[in-house]
Order: sequence, then C-alpha cells, then structure tokens
Amino acid sequence: MIVGLDMGGTHIDGVIVSEGSIIDTIKTPRYADDLFESIWMTLEKLLMGHDISKIKRINLSTTVSTNAIVEGKTSPVGMIIQSGPGMPHDFLACGCENSFISGYIDHRGKVVEDLKLEEIEDVKIKFKEKNIKSCAIVTKFSTRNFDHELRIKDLLEDGFSHITMGHTLSGRLNFPRRVFTSYLNAATYHTFRDFSTSIQNAMEQKGADIPLFILKADGGTTSLQEAGKKPVETILSGPAASFMGLNALLNTQKDALLLDIGGTTTDIFFLADGVPLFEPIGIEIHGYKTLIRAIYSFSIGLGGDSSIDIVNHELKIGPKRHGPPYALGGPKPTPSDAMIALGLMEAGHRQMAIDAIKGLGKSLNLSVEDTANKILDTMSNMIKAKVDELLVSINSKPVYTVRELLHGKKIEPQLINIIGGPANCLAAILEKKFNLPCYCPRHYGVANAIGAAMAKITQDITLLGDTSRGILSSAEFGFQERISKDFTLEDMRSRALELLKRKAMELGAKEDEIEAEIVEESSFNMVDGFFTKGKNMRVEAQIRPGLAGDLLVANPQEHKYSIKDDKYDQSKK
Amino acid sequence: MIKARNSLGLVFFPAFDWAISPTHPEREERLLYTKDQLFEEGVEDIEGIQFYNPIIANEKDIQRVHFCVPDVESRLTKSHFISAGGAIRAMEAKMKGEVDKAFAMVRPPGHHAQRVVYGDRGFCVINVEAVMLERIRQEYRDLRVAIIDTDCHHGDGTQDIYWNDKDTLFISFHQDGRTLYPGTGFLDEFGGPAAYGYNINIPLPAGTSDEGFLYLLDHVVLPILEEYKPDIIINSAGQDNHYTDPLTNMNFSAQGYAQLNSKLDPDIAILEGGYSIEGALPYVNLGIVLAMAGLDYSHVREPDYNEEGLKQDKRTSEYIKELSRHVYKRWENREELWAKNIKGRENVILKRQVYYDTDGILETQRQNFIVCNKCSGLNTIDSQSDSGYHIYAITIPRDGCPNCLDQGYRIYKNASPGAYTDVYLQDRINDHYCAK
Repeated sequence: MIVGLDMGGTHIDGVIVSEGSIIDTIKTPRYADDLFESIWMTLEKLLMGHDISKIKRINLSTTVSTNAIVEGKTSPVGMIIQSGPGMPHDFLACGCENSFISGYIDHRGKVVEDLKLEEIEDVKIKFKEKNIKSCAIVTKFSTRNFDHELRIKDLLEDGFSHITMGHTLSGRLNFPRRVFTSYLNAATYHTFRDFSTSIQNAMEQKGADIPLFILKADGGTTSLQEAGKKPVETILSGPAASFMGLNALLNTQKDALLLDIGGTTTDIFFLADGVPLFEPIGIEIHGYKTLIRAIYSFSIGLGGDSSIDIVNHELKIGPKRHGPPYALGGPKPTPSDAMIALGLMEAGHRQMAIDAIKGLGKSLNLSVEDTANKILDTMSNMIKAKVDELLVSINSKPVYTVRELLHGKKIEPQLINIIGGPANCLAAILEKKFNLPCYCPRHYGVANAIGAAMAKITQDITLLGDTSRGILSSAEFGFQERISKDFTLEDMRSRALELLKRKAMELGAKEDEIEAEIVEESSFNMVDGFFTKGKNMRVEAQIRPGLAGDLLVANPQEHKYSIKDDKYDQSKK
Repeated sequence: MIKARNSLGLVFFPAFDWAISPTHPEREERLLYTKDQLFEEGVEDIEGIQFYNPIIANEKDIQRVHFCVPDVESRLTKSHFISAGGAIRAMEAKMKGEVDKAFAMVRPPGHHAQRVVYGDRGFCVINVEAVMLERIRQEYRDLRVAIIDTDCHHGDGTQDIYWNDKDTLFISFHQDGRTLYPGTGFLDEFGGPAAYGYNINIPLPAGTSDEGFLYLLDHVVLPILEEYKPDIIINSAGQDNHYTDPLTNMNFSAQGYAQLNSKLDPDIAILEGGYSIEGALPYVNLGIVLAMAGLDYSHVREPDYNEEGLKQDKRTSEYIKELSRHVYKRWENREELWAKNIKGRENVILKRQVYYDTDGILETQRQNFIVCNKCSGLNTIDSQSDSGYHIYAITIPRDGCPNCLDQGYRIYKNASPGAYTDVYLQDRINDHYCAK
C-alpha cells in the first residue's frame, strides 16, 4: 500500500493505492492554520481501518516551504556572495545581510583570485551581531569549482545553525539563480525542519515506522531527510502533483496537451512522446527565479468560478474569482453558471444560473442559450490561444547544434487529457477548437493525491570531465576525483549513471525501479596551438519522474471512488 | 532582476557540431566558454533580452550577394546557411520592432567572403552580413546602412561586395595589411566610381590598445557617421583585436570592446573572427551584450587583464592621431578626390589576384565598373581560378536604370558559353539570378 497526500489551497486530498487500485480516498478541508495539524488529522482519518504495517511509503505534497516564502514567514538569512567580475551584482542582495566578498573563479574552474580570510571573519562577526542563524554561501562558477564555498563554510561552521552552499543545489550554470535558490533554501530551512520534526514525532508516537517521501516540483519524490537539507526543492509541488495525477489517470506515450481546469485557474502542461516537459532552467516563485527543476506548467486565471463581465459589448472572463457561481450563492455569473444553465452540470439552483446568464445576454442581445454557449466558446478560445502561444515559445527554445536546428523535436500534441470540474463540459468544444481528441477521467476528485502516491524518486546529475586538468566533478553531488588523460565520454556516461543510482538508493529507491538515462552529453577537444591538450566533456543524466506502476481501472461498486479511462461521451454534444 | 535599457535580441548559435577541421581555430569548441560565461551570468534572465534560433537562409539569399562557382550547393555546408540565417533572424527582429537591437553570435564568420566564391578564405565562404542585409533590403526597403568592421583583419569581402554602393558605407579598422592577412585594406582603397569615398580603411599599427581604438572611433568613425546619417549601423564584430588573440598583435580589451559598442551604438552586431576562445571571447561577448543592452559593463574584466601592461607607446598614439586626421580629411575631400581620380572616365577596371588561404585556391580577376550618370552602373567580373574555372559575372545594381538593365541582359545573352565554364547574371532590380 502507498499513501499519497496533497495539500491544496483549501483542501487536503488523500488516497491509498494498493497494487494499482485506489482502495480509499479522503478529501478534507484544512482544519487549522497549522499545516502539520491539518496533514496529521487527514492522515489519521485516511488510515483508519487500514493495516498500517502494510504501508510501504507515504508520499506527501506539502505547501510548507511555498507558504513560508509567499507569506514571508521565513528566517532571516545572511548571504555571502562572491560575484567576481562580470555583470553588475547589486540586484543579488536578497538576504537580510549581504556580504560581497573578494576572490574569483573563472569559467574553467580556475581560481583567479583567492579568498581573503579576514573578510570572512568580519562577515561572521557581523552576522552574529545581527543574530542571524541561517547563512548561504554562493560563488560565481561554484559548479565548476566549489572549493571557495567549502572553505568559507568551514570558517563559519561553528557559528550558525544552518549554512546552504550554492553548488549543492544544482549543477547548472546561472549565478543569479544560484544566489536566489540558496537564499530560499536557507530561508525555509528552519520552517521545514520544524514541520519534519513534528511529523516524525507523530509517526513515532503512533508506532508507525513508514518511510516518508516529499513531492518535488519536478514530479518526483525525495526522502524526508533529504528534503530537510534542501527544502527549496519542495516548493510548488502542487502543479507537479496534479500533472502526475493526470498521467496516472490517463497515461499516454504521445505528444499531449494536459489541462487541469479548476475553479480559479487552468493549468497547462505538455508531454513529448509521453515524457514530461520541464521548465527550461528552473521554476520561479514569488519573484525569485530559481534553479529548481520543475514540470513545465503555465497557469491562467480562467476557471469554472471566474467572474464574467461585459466590457465593450464583449464577454470578459476572469482572471479574478469573486466567489462561487451565482447558482451557488456567489456574487457574479461564472462559466459554471453557463454550464448549469445549459443543463451540462448539476449544481446549485439552475434558475439562478439562468437568471445570471440572462443578465449577461441582455447586454449582448442574445438568448440565454446563445449567451451560455458563447461563454463556453470564449473560454475555450482563451485556452486555445494561450496553448498555441506556449507551443510556439516551447518549440523555438534555443538549440546549439546544426543537428538539433535541422532535426530537433517539436511538440505537436496528438490528444488532450483534461481534469477538473468544468472538464467534461468543455471537452466537446475543445475537441473541435483544437481538432484533437479529448479525454477526461470520470473521477478526478483526488487526482493530486493520486499523483503524489504514484510518484517515484527523481534525481539528476551534471558531470564534468576535464582531461587536461585531470578532474571529474559533480557540484550538486559534492563529488570530485582525479581522472586520467584517456578518460572517455563512455566512461563519463557509466560514471554518471552509477552515481545517480547510488544516490537514488540512498534516498530510498529500490534498485529495480531506478531507470536512469543520459539526457545530454558533449565532448569537445581542447586545442592549444595546433595540438589537442585534452577533452572537455559534459554529461547530464537523470532519473526522470515516472509512475510507480499502472493504475488499474477500479470497480465503482467496491470503492468510494472509481477511476476509469473513458473517451468523452460524444452524445453529450 | 536586471532590466535592459535597450531591448536586445540574441541569436546565439555556437554550432557545437561543426568545424573546418578538428584542430582548426574555427572548430566546435569556439563558443563553448562564451556560452558558459553568458549562462552563468544569467544573461537569459535579463528582462528585455530575448534569445532567437537562427532561421535557415536559402539559395536565393546567397545568390543576391555571391557568384558561387560552380553553384551555391557545392560551395556551402548547412552551417553556412544557418550562420547567415542567424544574422537574418537578428536583423529581422530589429526590423519587426521586436527588439531595439540585435547581436548574432554565429559561426562560421563571413567578412572575407567576396562576390565570387570558389571556396573558403579566411575561414569564410559566404558574407553573412551582406546576405543578411540584402535579404532585409529585399523584404523591407532600401536602407541606408553603415557597416563598421571592428575585426582585426581587413574586411576585404565586405569591401568587395559594397565597393560601388553609396548606400552602404563601409569602414574597416584593422591591423595594417603589411603585417597581417589578408594584406589589403589601405587608405587608397576608396570605393568604386559610383561610391568613391564610401569605402574607408584605417590600417592600425600592431600594439594598438583601447586608447587608440577609442581615439579613432571618436575622431574618425563617429564624425563620419554623424554626416552619413545611416538608417542602420552594423558592427561586423570580430574579437581578434584582443590582446590574447593567437593570430594577431593588438592590445584591445573586453572593456575597450564594450566601450566601443557603447559609443558606436550599433543596431546590429554580427560576430566575425576572434580565436582566443578561453581568454577573450567569454568576456568580450559579455561586454558587447551588456553594452548593447545599455547595461553597466564596468565590472567586465579578463582574468589576466593588466591595464598598465597593455598601454600603447607614445609613438603609436602619435601615429594613430596623424592617421585619423588624414583619413577624416580624405572623407571630407571625397568629392574633390572623385573629380581628380574618376571624373570623365567611362569605366574603371580593377585587376587583382585573390588567394583562398583556407582552401589553397588562387583566383585572378578583372572587374569592370561601367560609369552611368543615371545609376550606379553595371559591373562585370571576368575571373579564373587555378581550380579550373573561368567565369564571367554581371551585376545589375539595385538602383540600376532601364538602359543598364537592358544592357546587363544583353551582355549575359551574348557571353559566349564556349569562352567560359560558367556565366552568371545578378539582376538586383528584379531580384533575379541566372546562370549558364
């Protein structure tokens, strides 16, 4: 048995999956402001009547770190930034104290100018005077050489309760993002630690020895312990849970458009040959661009509860939600009212919905039916326009080789998978607009929790080999070793896969479920004059997000929820 | 995050899978460290900076500028079409108003490629900027353009292409041709009969530093641009004036390059040469990007930068001062010089030999510029190569008059196929190209 929990804005969803079947589900409102309390109560309710000794793992999608950041409830952070020459750096001052120190490392990882130890001593005193407990150290090109970050950490170690080093969070290049990501990690460290301690204590008291995993924005999980070291990786796991849920309910190996149409927003995702698309560099949160790997998602302010106004004789839907649909006592007409008025959806008072739509129809000189249809049509057009725009930008992402420019993969969705309240009502219209088949699962109520439950451990690695300097290294693994002149790209590949597997097992993955793959590789001859002096090799490998097994179609009679892949019923048109 | 003062389009196409040969300076690795630097600095996150992929130029784009012998397909690799396409995409972004300025970091380079193309010379097969500019002129309008070639080598290809075109001012400053490839680019190469004075060369002494480059920019280039009033300024942005470049002997720095671009304020920059791939390119490219975007570049500095050690000596400074005065005076007196050297002539003949160093081909050519008082006039090229070709090529210029148009086709028709291996006609009025 696997338990999946997803903490949403208003509700917590839970599910128990056993051998591909959903055997129990729960949906509870958030009881209190205390996130831990809410989760624990939901979990206890869900587990009631089940043999907890049979639970293999609990996967949790939490908003602990996200909320801390968005609500500004983070710890003050002292930033130590070595920016070296290059771009102006004032904008990097994101901590409550920021020290820009001397020294620098170049793009090959060579130390051009050393640290000044006395500067670090001064920083330490300054931070302590300000009563700072969390620090982050980031040096430019630390992914190429993290020696300065390590040495600074050694000098600070005894004075602070947490220190984040930039190179541990990602192997990718982007110094400003490394600074912001490190800041957020240090800022959320204590909040997440408190949450993690509470949950571990509660489990212990219950006598449950169940491994706990936390969902990340990339659609995979990590161990609670690892998440404690890198809480920033757990931000924005909500869209990832919904994405994984969609995939579990409606699996495909094709290029696909995935839509989660909710009350307030519509989230848009894509699959390329069934493989999730990632954000190009990393996700953005609260104005901070980060290096956190994330499922590509785009959210528009358009949902079943979006308010509808008439502006310049045109329908304007969203982006705001002012409450529930009019038929349910809300203040404004909404797309849901249009669906209720048309008899496509049963909720609230139909007459109220008809009245609301009639009001809009008056200004447009249209009948109730025409107005309602126009609303759904407009909504579908808005989704289509945004999807088209996103596809253009995704398909023109920068490439760097002749081969990719000429033959690179372009995403062309072959089908649309939709979940959410209005999904069924819009499917027929979207099908026509996109000229693609649309699929909706009949029951999607706990899709996010299913997504969390079915998620597996993910991990990635960037491995750099420089045979002229004789160094093999991976910053995010804190790994460095000597290599000989004849180390090859093939050696790089197998080393990367081996390191990945070892790490995944450390995080709690079972050996047979680890599918590691090379994502990118390159090998360049380094030439001095007219002689080759070595090779500069780069390999990126990953364990990509995937489903822990297939979800079986459950029998609705047996369980509280049934899950079924069914083509949208054309007769409803 | 940082916001650019000028929105800037970047076409960054390092062609990581293309090289002239494995140890050739123009090889896969050339822009690798530039990519690392730009990515680590977070350039892609700067608000107002937009990355574009190249489009792929087509045969017609090449034929608008070049006579490829025997044809386009046999002379070019895919990379050449992409490099030109990258430049086209950059200028398109500017013309469509998507960005204020654009910089194409593409390879291979192009400024040594002349009108006739038998092969690769100075690592160039087609003239990327000219292919870009002529396509844009064709699709948009007849722009008045100034091309400032800041590569350390004389832009002899661009000079050849725009030799007789008054609407394309070409200024090249470079290490003196007596000490560096291609051995041309002297003051008396001043333009064809219809554009006399609009081809300006400034040969600089070895050892010229930031001070010298910026001096001639302030005292020659900017004043000339002020008078010429171009619609578009293009920087043919070679980076081999850098003090670490392995092929040249200059002392220009990343700071100098950034300042130059800030003062020159080009609309478009296209990467040309520059082969100090670790020590110069990452910093020079970053400097140019920041300068073009109107951002603070004062922190850009090479690891081994030593301001004192790079200072030019007094004699060099004096020489550049005198040279600048002289070049500017020639520009001011261009009409008198035209009256003295060109006026009254029916045609101007240019005979020369062109060496294709990369491919080891020697070409002997005779260009004939026919003077017309209604337009820029027809011109023809009779060219032989030691690779076994003897071609004849006719160009009817963009501003050609009806007489010249007719005459161009007549010459093409009458050119005896027996005498030549190939005969070509470039009709720039109707954007038409024929070969026989």
